[in-house]
Amino acid sequence: MRDLTFDMTQFLQVRDLVIRRNGQALLDVADLTLDGPGPTLLLGPNGAGKSLLLRCLHGLISPDQGQVVQDGSPLNASHTARQAMVFQQPVLLRRSVSANLDFVLKRQGLARRARKLRIAELLAEGGLESKARQPARSLSGGEAQRLAILRALAMTPETLFLDEPTSALDPSAVQMIERMILRASARGVRIVMVTHDIGQARRLAADIVMMQGGRVVEHGPAKQVLDAPESDASRRYLSGALVT
Amino acid sequence: MQGFAGEFSHALSLILNGDAELWSIVFLSLKVSVFAVLISALIGMPVGAALAVARFPGRRALIVLMNALMGFPPVVVGLLVYLMLSRSGPLGVLELLYTPTAMIIAQVVLVTPIVAALTRQVVEMLAEEYSEQLRSLGVSRLASVPVLLWDARLALITALLAGFGRAIAEVGAVIIVGGNINHVTRVMTTTIALETSKGNLALALALGAILIGIAVAVNAMVSAASLRAEREGLRHA
Repeated sequence: MRDLTFDMTQFLQVRDLVIRRNGQALLDVADLTLDGPGPTLLLGPNGAGKSLLLRCLHGLISPDQGQVVQDGSPLNASHTARQAMVFQQPVLLRRSVSANLDFVLKRQGLARRARKLRIAELLAEGGLESKARQPARSLSGGEAQRLAILRALAMTPETLFLDEPTSALDPSAVQMIERMILRASARGVRIVMVTHDIGQARRLAADIVMMQGGRVVEHGPAKQVLDAPESDASRRYLSGALVT
Repeated sequence: MQGFAGEFSHALSLILNGDAELWSIVFLSLKVSVFAVLISALIGMPVGAALAVARFPGRRALIVLMNALMGFPPVVVGLLVYLMLSRSGPLGVLELLYTPTAMIIAQVVLVTPIVAALTRQVVEMLAEEYSEQLRSLGVSRLASVPVLLWDARLALITALLAGFGRAIAEVGAVIIVGGNINHVTRVMTTTIALETSKGNLALALALGAILIGIAVAVNAMVSAASLRAEREGLRHA
């Protein structure tokens, strides 16, 4: 039995986290601490367990074993209420663009006038002012993802989890989203993001968690992981080898 | 042949000349069925949505029962409502038998399972898509019900129109609990049955034509609503 005493000063900790399906461990993270200012990028090939880990950190999946700990106590509803998540395929409500934002703001108890002002701010932040009244489902892929990020930011989260938010988007859409992410990070939102794009990791990451086969193979400052990886798995992945 | 042509011509003149008896029957039919569908929507939609998102022992059996009730024979529903409302029945004191209210009740019993079952189907598919996102936004299962109902609104219009189609075309239950009383509980379907048996084909044909017109209009609206729902991504092909 490993020692499950957690450091109270750490931000997000994962210890002995195991998720099994059909007897097979899809995720097996012995020890991971995310305590830097971020953005933290989870990097690795498909099936490495990055998205699964992200869902665990956000409390969407309960592990079969181990715990996620935030600020010294096991992840609970008050923690997840201060988090937000953007999914790879943005799930937008069948409403207008502004109604998607209003939905979140209304749940926060904001008065109508305050909501209106906040929606205008958010739309400007995402460059979607002209789309306010448009059905959200009619947005392009990049616009839809921007709206999903704005809606997550409308929750004023301390931590924002992003699961490959730019996959299948063109470079200009990627650039707009990366700028939004960096601006949010600069405002103090802790970003934890999944990607398998090494270039994106280089552009955004302060620290990188390299994953493979459901395990964390390396975690460290982005420059160190990208330029002088310690593990063979990281070296192979970063060299462009076909890692499965 | 000459006789039929005459009946058709008479039927047409009844419609075009705004025959008072004919149109009062049409309006009563519409009133009864519209009320029945509205009440069914108030009951069936929340029940269907709750069944779509809730997880409890026996849920699957409830869904099977609800689906089975969609095909419940109208005459049996009429008989059960009759027994409930008859003087010696548990609701006899309300004296509702042979009134339009009794017909509304019978139609509500027939239509509610349709609305609930279709709502469950639509909302369950949407809930599957929304599940993680709503949880991430801090929306509980219970609080997700109105969100899902609202977002599935276009597809749910189809469910309501399907329910209306069933109600307006129904004859067995309403004739039992309504009694087909002239100027009181006589609706299109029961009048067609009665007038045909009496040989008064003109009125039966006129009502039949209007009923077909309503059925076509309802189907057109169902198609339009379905098309719009598909465009908005409410339906999963």
